[in-house]
Amino acid sequence: MIRVTLPTHLRTLAQVSGPVLLQVDEPVTQRAILDALEAAHPMLRGTIRDKASKERRPFIRFFACGEDLSHEPTDAPVPSEVAEGKEPFRIIGAMAGG
Amino acid sequence: MSEVRVLVGTRKGAFVLRSDEGRKDWTVEGPLFPGWEIYHIAASPADPDRLYASQSSGWFGQVIQRSDDGGKTWEAVGNEFAYDGTPGTHQWYDGTQHPWEFKRVWHLEPSPTDPDSVYAGVEDAALFHSGDGGRTWRELPGLRSAKGNLWQPGAGGMCLHTILLSPDDPKRIFVAISAAGAFRTDDGGVTWRPINQGLRSDFELPDAAAEVGHCVHSIALHPSRPKTLFMQKHWDVMRSDNAGELWREVSGNLPSDFGFPIAVHVHEPETIYVVPITSDSYHYPPDGKLRVYRSRTGGNEWEALTDGLPQSHCYVNILRNALAVDTLGSCGIYFGTSGGQVYVSADSGDHWKAIVHDLPPVLSVEVQVLP
Repeated sequence: MIRVTLPTHLRTLAQVSGPVLLQVDEPVTQRAILDALEAAHPMLRGTIRDKASKERRPFIRFFACGEDLSHEPTDAPVPSEVAEGKEPFRIIGAMAGG
Repeated sequence: MSEVRVLVGTRKGAFVLRSDEGRKDWTVEGPLFPGWEIYHIAASPADPDRLYASQSSGWFGQVIQRSDDGGKTWEAVGNEFAYDGTPGTHQWYDGTQHPWEFKRVWHLEPSPTDPDSVYAGVEDAALFHSGDGGRTWRELPGLRSAKGNLWQPGAGGMCLHTILLSPDDPKRIFVAISAAGAFRTDDGGVTWRPINQGLRSDFELPDAAAEVGHCVHSIALHPSRPKTLFMQKHWDVMRSDNAGELWREVSGNLPSDFGFPIAVHVHEPETIYVVPITSDSYHYPPDGKLRVYRSRTGGNEWEALTDGLPQSHCYVNILRNALAVDTLGSCGIYFGTSGGQVYVSADSGDHWKAIVHDLPPVLSVEVQVLP
């Protein structure tokens, strides 16, 4: 199972208290993870990526295994540790403002 | 005894204030949706337990919440606000054309007869409608055909912030848009036209009497006189007695005719309220005194209402959706401030008290009277 961590406000919106566990078929990509996340929690549609274009919202970042994956191609495989469920795929609200 | 429920939207969540019809003792619930901007919460007149809330965030975008039990529980419903067809362009700050881009929902206006029917006014300015309780939204694109290519955002964004459903004609709707003006449809939203004749924006527009481009801050009407409209413009308080065909200024003896909200007394169609603000450069009350002004003559002659309001060192603002009236026999007036206070007067504005002092900056105030 893939583990996805959400920022506080999206955990509240999705009514979850910890990491979200998702079944994602190979190859595990950012797009596949987000598709599975939005299917399991439809209220998150539009809050992480644009509903129509599927582009990441400007102040959302993706991290895993200590790396910023935000600018990686959405159809590129995520690190194997994420695909194997050893490391979480982290969705983070970017630092903004002062 | 009736219950009074005040729905408050703030920069950091929503709050529900409850009292009985005496409006002396209050309970405060919240924050709901903590940390999110709540631009507006509105209740259906057809079902007082049906509430809609506009929840938004610079990080996570727009969410629409719906409650079917008076705010005890909420459900996130549809948040796809797609402009009809090719979005087109409007005028940008530098005079070039700029694509229409959805940013947030400013105002929700439920139908008076159908709890599942609700309108949404959005930024960049457009009007949407849902007929299924907020699950899906459809734009009424005829509005942007009313010279939308000439609309230009002001400092607060190009937002559709006021929606008035005419009480005597289900096909007539008035809307107001910052830095575009007031508009009216008489065919249920298919076609629209600007209703800005008589407005003058001498320091804001190259053509002071232009057909569109006026920064209308709020409009209001009384249900018994659906053709009489009152307007707080950027500068100037205005009045029309022919459904917006022609406006005339009624600022009269106000200390400043700049401000944001305007409201009409529930039982007295010629009694109106504004909260003067010093200027567009100084968004706080003149002389640091928080004064609501009341006219019992439909404008021109105004009296300051000060009892219970701070009369020194007060530098808050009152935003366009943050003034409301209730429907009780002794009409209650409510407003929220950028300093987080919500004030109530249970006697048409003669005496005021703060219900709460320290909420986040208040964006909107609505009030319900429940049996």
